[in-house]
Amino acid sequence: MADAAKGFPLPSSLKVVPGTEAAQAAYPYYTQFVPEDDQRFWFYNSMHFPEPMHHFDMITAEAAYVAMGAFNTRVHVLPTVKGIHHRIINGRVYIGSEPVTDPDDIAERVGEFQQRAFYYYEHWEDLYDQWKVKMKTLIADAQALPTPSLPAYEPLETVHSGKGVAANHNLLDIYQKQIEGYHRMWHHHFEFLLLGYGAYMTFFDFCKKAFPEISDQAISRMVAGMEAEIFRPDEEVKRLARRAVELGVDSHFTDGMDIDTVLAELDRVGNAGKEWLGELETSRNPWFNVSSGDGFYHYHRSWNDDLSLPFAALPGYIDKIKSGTNIERPTAQLIEEREALVADYRELLDTDEDRAAYDQLINLAHRVFPYVEGHKFYCEHWYTNLFFNKIREFGALLRDHGFWEKEEDVFHLTQYELESAIVDLMLSWAIGGEARGPSYWPAIVKQRAAAIEEWGKHGSSPALGAVPDLIDDPAIVMLWGITRESLDTWLNADSEPDSNELKGFAACHGVVEGPARVVKSVEEISRLQQGDILVCQVTNPTWAPIFQKIVAAVSDIGGSMSHMAIVAREYGLPAVVGTGTATRRIKDGQRIRVDGGRGTVTILDDEPALEDA
Amino acid sequence: MSAAVAWFSEVGIADRPTVGGKGGSLGELTGAGIAVPPGFVVTTHAFEQFLAALEARDAVRAKVEAVDGTDLGAVMKLSEELRRRVVEEPLPAEVEQAILAAHAELAAAAVAVRSSATTEDAEDASFAGLQDTFLWVLSAADTVARVRECWGSLYSVESMTYRLKHGLPEEGVAMAVVVQQMVDARTAGVMFTRSPTTGDKSVITIEGAWGLGSAVVSGEVTPDRWVMGKITGEISVRDISHKHAKQVQAPGGGIVEVELDAADADRPCLTDEELQALRDVGRRIERHYRRPQDIEWAIDKSGALMLLQARPETVWSAKEAAPIAETPANPLHHVMNIFGGGRR
Repeated sequence: MADAAKGFPLPSSLKVVPGTEAAQAAYPYYTQFVPEDDQRFWFYNSMHFPEPMHHFDMITAEAAYVAMGAFNTRVHVLPTVKGIHHRIINGRVYIGSEPVTDPDDIAERVGEFQQRAFYYYEHWEDLYDQWKVKMKTLIADAQALPTPSLPAYEPLETVHSGKGVAANHNLLDIYQKQIEGYHRMWHHHFEFLLLGYGAYMTFFDFCKKAFPEISDQAISRMVAGMEAEIFRPDEEVKRLARRAVELGVDSHFTDGMDIDTVLAELDRVGNAGKEWLGELETSRNPWFNVSSGDGFYHYHRSWNDDLSLPFAALPGYIDKIKSGTNIERPTAQLIEEREALVADYRELLDTDEDRAAYDQLINLAHRVFPYVEGHKFYCEHWYTNLFFNKIREFGALLRDHGFWEKEEDVFHLTQYELESAIVDLMLSWAIGGEARGPSYWPAIVKQRAAAIEEWGKHGSSPALGAVPDLIDDPAIVMLWGITRESLDTWLNADSEPDSNELKGFAACHGVVEGPARVVKSVEEISRLQQGDILVCQVTNPTWAPIFQKIVAAVSDIGGSMSHMAIVAREYGLPAVVGTGTATRRIKDGQRIRVDGGRGTVTILDDEPALEDA
Repeated sequence: MSAAVAWFSEVGIADRPTVGGKGGSLGELTGAGIAVPPGFVVTTHAFEQFLAALEARDAVRAKVEAVDGTDLGAVMKLSEELRRRVVEEPLPAEVEQAILAAHAELAAAAVAVRSSATTEDAEDASFAGLQDTFLWVLSAADTVARVRECWGSLYSVESMTYRLKHGLPEEGVAMAVVVQQMVDARTAGVMFTRSPTTGDKSVITIEGAWGLGSAVVSGEVTPDRWVMGKITGEISVRDISHKHAKQVQAPGGGIVEVELDAADADRPCLTDEELQALRDVGRRIERHYRRPQDIEWAIDKSGALMLLQARPETVWSAKEAAPIAETPANPLHHVMNIFGGGRR
């Protein structure tokens, strides 16, 4: 039962950080907390949005919740839960679900759900094949959008062809198409996701009943796919390392190398170098379209935009190949292990009836899982990367017209403000006079940059409002790792600040001690040294190449199916996810012990050790 | 089989009527290739021969059947008389020779002498524990004496009262005795191949302490406790307790308790590798018997793992297994457990 005395702060008690009021007010009105919001339970979505949101990046939350809610509420008609409310304060995104509680409503929705969702399950493979076609078309459409530009005069062709539309209109067209495409991508994203998670959770639930003490990771290992797209970028880095050795150009890759210099050298050294560069191009399209973050922030650049991450991994892989260490992913062995696990648990069941249900459920889970693991590459990585880069082009165009100093400044505008700035530019080009933007936006950009910095210094409560007794939304439990237990842990963590032990989800077993490297954003990845334990708010599959350097991983947010958990298991790396507070309570350089089987992290030092002493 | 003595390698669980539950189990494990300290069973035939010799001099079974089980004084008096006779009156020469010959052939510096009742460990679990075990028995003569004491335990007050109360006929009452090489245990304990708390068959629970397992079984030392995935080997619980003492060999035979210093007391008594080895053997035994097991084990000073006992787990196995989920005609209906809100 909810402990009335022990709750999280009410939304109305949160204060906007002084001096950032104008930046706060610039978020859309429907994302501002209002007094009625005190009635609802909220939690900080630090899994997807661990850092304060730039005003433009807010579209990632908005488009996702528009689409997710539509599928939950109106397309698949989930019986017990509809969409997700979201609010923004001090750059932080809080979300709360909209449950269905009236039994009659639920009964009606059950009927709707069964004819809709079951259709998806029955035709899963065909629909998923169609889905990939839709996504690839959408990606091709986005790639085909031209770079926005304004000529001094229209080319004569406009006249000769009777085009009847001038270049300034293209800016609006490109922008709106790109915004439309981004929203469409998020609809595709949620076309399968909740159904996939639900089927997985059904199997999960069965296993928990049959084997009350089974670990989440054991269940996940029974379901895990082997050919998922999320492993592919890392596979490509390994392939490039192997090719470098085979072509005899491996000596060019060293720790701390200057990538541009290396690329120039390889171009100079003859055929072998050129051949390797050709291999690099093959890997880059499309597999380096992975974001080095989660793809939810404009500054989560892809490997294609910044080759640092794959190149940082190359020397390590090359060393391993040359010393005869096998770096290949043992797919056949992994499949064999998975099948053995499924068979061994099956053998423990008591009755034929249980075995029949188990067979049905594992079969469904295996059918849906390729989408659950694979969608992220197409949506959050490939498409999102294209999207933010297109916005960058507008940033550059408006910069060139004096709206602000730097291309990146564009992300301090909301998507609606950006459209108005584009219209301002369109007008000024049409008028042949001055735009208002250059005298309007620089001060606002400066103010918002300061606000983001200020908000980053302030922590945020993991949740707000009274804790509900039940958290039924399968998406919440699965994706965010939020359960009654984890909320209680978060509440207790604040009341027992002296404890040296943090509890989280056991993501991958093994006990390891080592120095903690608290990495608060993607840019800090390069600080990781061989033998470190990664402590972060949340990580994702594209960090996989640096998993060869670290000995364990700990995160604030994440459930047993979070990407860190999947990848950690894949790499056999001890990991504890969903600790709630690891990045706040563990200091950089402290020695910690990670017990991935029990889901505990123990702080061994009282004081942080000197770095590189 | 009517021999007075049977080697572990010659018997199995089906021989329980003559070698008792413990003897049959150790024979079965030996046959299954599980490491068991070598030994033999003094069979119920040996007991029956001895009892016949006793009965020839004065009644035994008739006296037990005649005594009023509610008259504690009378039962105590009879117990004293019968136990004295079992320990003191001469053994038939062939029985004694058979035990001594087997003891010589075993060639162990020390043995454990453990009662192996034909009812113990079987359907009547509550009867278990009424018999005796003697550790670190050093000589052949002592071994024979301890075998007699095991037999005598059939006539303990508790044992007789139990039989009288439940109307068990004396005719079928017999006891086999296990004689096996003593394990010089560094660490010992018990293992359940399911969870004692939830009945979960996918985990193995291991409890252990320093020295002989008798300290764990008797509850005199709080053991370390681990819970691990039976199939995955993940260790989900590690409760390392303060093990204040251990039981070891006493000079001149028997066991003695010695205090442990703080460092040893708080150190885990098993390594992760040993836990995995225990898991492997636990799974093998469970697979052999096709049901969850309650196992006693020891690791000797050289690190070798030995099995001392395995019997079917009884508490959870006795419960009716309800189906976990119905098997609907359309398997998709399973997902309504999640989406239908009927999950809790």
